[in-house]
Amino acid sequence: MLTLLERWTKASLADLQGYVLLVGRTMRAAVSRPFYVHDLVEQLEQIGVGSLTVVLLTGFFTGAVLALQSGITLDQFGARSLVGRLVGASMILELGPVLTALMITGRVGSSIAAELGSMEVTEQISALRALGADPVRKLVVPRVLAGFFMVPVLTVIADFVGIAGGWVIATFQMGVASGVYWSSVTEGLFWQDPWVGLTKPFFLGFVIVTIACHVGLGVTGGTQGVGRATTKAVVRASIAVLAVDFFLTKLLVFLVY
Amino acid sequence: MEQRAATESTVTLEEAFGPGAPVVLFDRVRLSFDETVVLSDVSFTLLKGHTKLLLGASGSGKSTILKVLLGLLKPDSGVVWVNGHRIEDLPEEQIMPVRNDIGMVFQEGALFDSLTVAENVGFKLYEQTRMPLDEVRARVEEVLGFVGLAEYIDRMPSELSGGQRRRVAIARAMTTKPRLLLYDEPTTGLDPITAATVDDEIIKLRDLEEVSSIMVTHQLRDAFYIATHSARRENGRITIVPADEAKVREAEFIMLKDGRIVFEGDAEALRTSKDEYLRKFLS
Repeated sequence: MLTLLERWTKASLADLQGYVLLVGRTMRAAVSRPFYVHDLVEQLEQIGVGSLTVVLLTGFFTGAVLALQSGITLDQFGARSLVGRLVGASMILELGPVLTALMITGRVGSSIAAELGSMEVTEQISALRALGADPVRKLVVPRVLAGFFMVPVLTVIADFVGIAGGWVIATFQMGVASGVYWSSVTEGLFWQDPWVGLTKPFFLGFVIVTIACHVGLGVTGGTQGVGRATTKAVVRASIAVLAVDFFLTKLLVFLVY
Repeated sequence: MEQRAATESTVTLEEAFGPGAPVVLFDRVRLSFDETVVLSDVSFTLLKGHTKLLLGASGSGKSTILKVLLGLLKPDSGVVWVNGHRIEDLPEEQIMPVRNDIGMVFQEGALFDSLTVAENVGFKLYEQTRMPLDEVRARVEEVLGFVGLAEYIDRMPSELSGGQRRRVAIARAMTTKPRLLLYDEPTTGLDPITAATVDDEIIKLRDLEEVSSIMVTHQLRDAFYIATHSARRENGRITIVPADEAKVREAEFIMLKDGRIVFEGDAEALRTSKDEYLRKFLS
């Protein structure tokens, strides 16, 4: 008889093995025929355009609140004019990539897990295979590629909107001159910063979507299982985003600076 | 032939190589999930144009047989031949051509929710062939006409009733004219009248298109109806009539219990069986 801990360890390792195998199959399928271009375009639209509103709002309010909070601290040192430097560096290096990734996790990760999970429990995935189509090529690859390419685009948008949000607060509430704010934003950045800020979202987008696909395709237990999978996908992907962000930052700081 | 030599030969296996070889051959197939035995030494053959009706209680392994046959599940041991291909160890890429000659009707239909009826029915032709779009459309109209749903071609699956969804699933399975059709509980959950229309489609496909079929069900009424009726085309009109004795004998019943075959024979043998479990199941 296996103990509870042994069973949990066995299940976790099997789950991890399943994820690694799915990633391997996805990468192989992404570089070999057939390509489902129509499905890719559809996913680019759903993940990219569909997430625009939530990313715009998140970015704007994050930048605005950052200016508001940091302004109070900077005032204590008489350094109010440096608010742009702080908002710019924070948005581009950390808050833009991570908050965008977390928003995409909530919106896209849950939806992918629910959609693929529903297809699994209603035997649509088996039907796909029976009809001679590979579910990884048809369903996973378009979603993963769309996540990989659209999360960086959305991150850049969130960065700009966030800095603009900071400008609104800095200019209209804190009385910092517009020119001072913008020059402070550019002066506060090292040339490596935009590269670091732009590299991370590619990895985060890949991680979010592969986790959501893995969880969705592994659903068992009917509609209840679909509900559980949605929660599981969001929790796992959110933790993965924060962990990957940490280790990637460490690596990039070591390599680039 | 190397593959053949690698496996211990049995009477059932010999049948796979002679003239008039069966479309499907299962030889001592076993499958377990962890400690649960799902299939235990399952052996049977299906001849061209014939029907196998798999009966049994829920969890007896009926649907698993269809999944093994399609290569969706790999058996732990045993040999599986489908349309002249030995499939039990084939990797996913190599099993795709075998699946091209098999149509499967899943429980509840398993239609793709995001696609229209036309896209569902023509899925294989749209996705995997270079057939011109107007020819695909014509074939889709043809098969939908066969199941009496031509006017639903541009609807979404969510707009169809349960019976209509099953009939669309049958149309989808027959689009590429496969030699073998598999039905997984095609009438479960349907009212008797709708179930009868689905049964008629299965009979029409078997007798008019000469498709071999395996049907999994626990609906005895439907199983006996399919076994004892045949379809006829007269003056362009299709009618379902009681089958002659030879035709009735072609439809074989298999009863499964806990992953084992406990009965194999025709409708008459099943009706007259004295086996206690069979009597209980038939009552």
